Amino acid sequence: MIRDMLLPLVSGTIFGAGLMLGGMTDPARVRGFLDLFGAWDPTLAFVMGGAVLVMALAWLVQSRMQRPLFAQGFSLPDRSDLTPRLIGGSALFGIGWGIAGLCPGPGFAAFAIAPASAAIFVAAMLAGMVLVRLMEGQG
Amino acid sequence: MSLLAAELPGFPGSTPLAGLAGGVLIGLAAALMLLGAGRIAGVSGIAARAFGLAESSFPRAGAAAFVIGLPLGALIVAGLAGGTAPAFAAPVPLAIAGLIVGVGTRLGSGCTSGHGVCGMSRLSQRSLVATATFMLTGFGTVAAMNALGIKVLP
Repeated sequence: MIRDMLLPLVSGTIFGAGLMLGGMTDPARVRGFLDLFGAWDPTLAFVMGGAVLVMALAWLVQSRMQRPLFAQGFSLPDRSDLTPRLIGGSALFGIGWGIAGLCPGPGFAAFAIAPASAAIFVAAMLAGMVLVRLMEGQG
Repeated sequence: MSLLAAELPGFPGSTPLAGLAGGVLIGLAAALMLLGAGRIAGVSGIAARAFGLAESSFPRAGAAAFVIGLPLGALIVAGLAGGTAPAFAAPVPLAIAGLIVGVGTRLGSGCTSGHGVCGMSRLSQRSLVATATFMLTGFGTVAAMNALGIKVLP
C-alpha cells in the first residue's frame, strides 16, 4: 500500500511544483499563451518544450528497459487509431481550457493557492467525467 | 529568483526561464512515473481513476496519491516564491469550463499532460492529433471571446 502510493505521491508533487513554477496555475498566463492573435505570451511553449524534451529522453531509456524499476511491467497506451471521439473530445477540451485558462493538472494544483476556485473547477470537471460515463452506460 | 523572472525580449510579462524550469520538473515527474511505475502521467486519466470514474490496473490509492501531490507541490513553490495568488474566473464560467474539460478529456482520452507531454514525446499519432486539436480550439476560443468582448478574468 505505502509502496503503491509513495512513487505517485512524489511524482504528483514534482508535477505540481512544475505546474506552479511554469505558470500553468495562472489562468491569465495560460490564456495569454492561447491569445495567439493578441498580446501573445510564449511562456507556456517553454513549459511544454522542457517537459517534452525530458520525456523524450525518458522514452529512450524506457525502450531499453525490460520492466519498470518498481512495478511488474509497463502499462502503456498502444492505440494509434484516429477516431471522431478522440478529435471531438480534444476539441471540446481545448474550448474548456480556453474559457477559464485551466486544464486538469493546474485545476488540482490550484487548491494550494485558490481553493474555492479550484473546488468549483474540479467539481464541474468530475461532473463532466460522470456525464461521459453515464452516456456510455446507455449507449 | 531574478533569473526566473527574466523576460523574452519583445514579449513583456513572459517568463521563459521559469517556464522551462517548470517544464523540466513536469518532465521529470512524468519520467519518474514512466520508468518507476511503468505508467503515463496523464492527469485527467489518473484523476478519473482516483475518483472511481475509470477502470484501470492503476491502484486507486496510487492515483489518489498522485492527485494529492499536485497541490502539495504547488504549495511548496508558492511558499518559496511568495507573491500574490493569480486571478481566476468567476464561479459560473469556471463551472462551465470545468464541465467541458471533464467531458472533453474523457472522450479525448487525455489532456495537456497525457497527450501533450507524454504522448507527443513518444510521437504517438493519437497524441499529436489530440494536442494539435485542443491547441487550435483553445486559440479559437480565446480569439472568439476577445472578439465578442467576453472577459472572464479581471
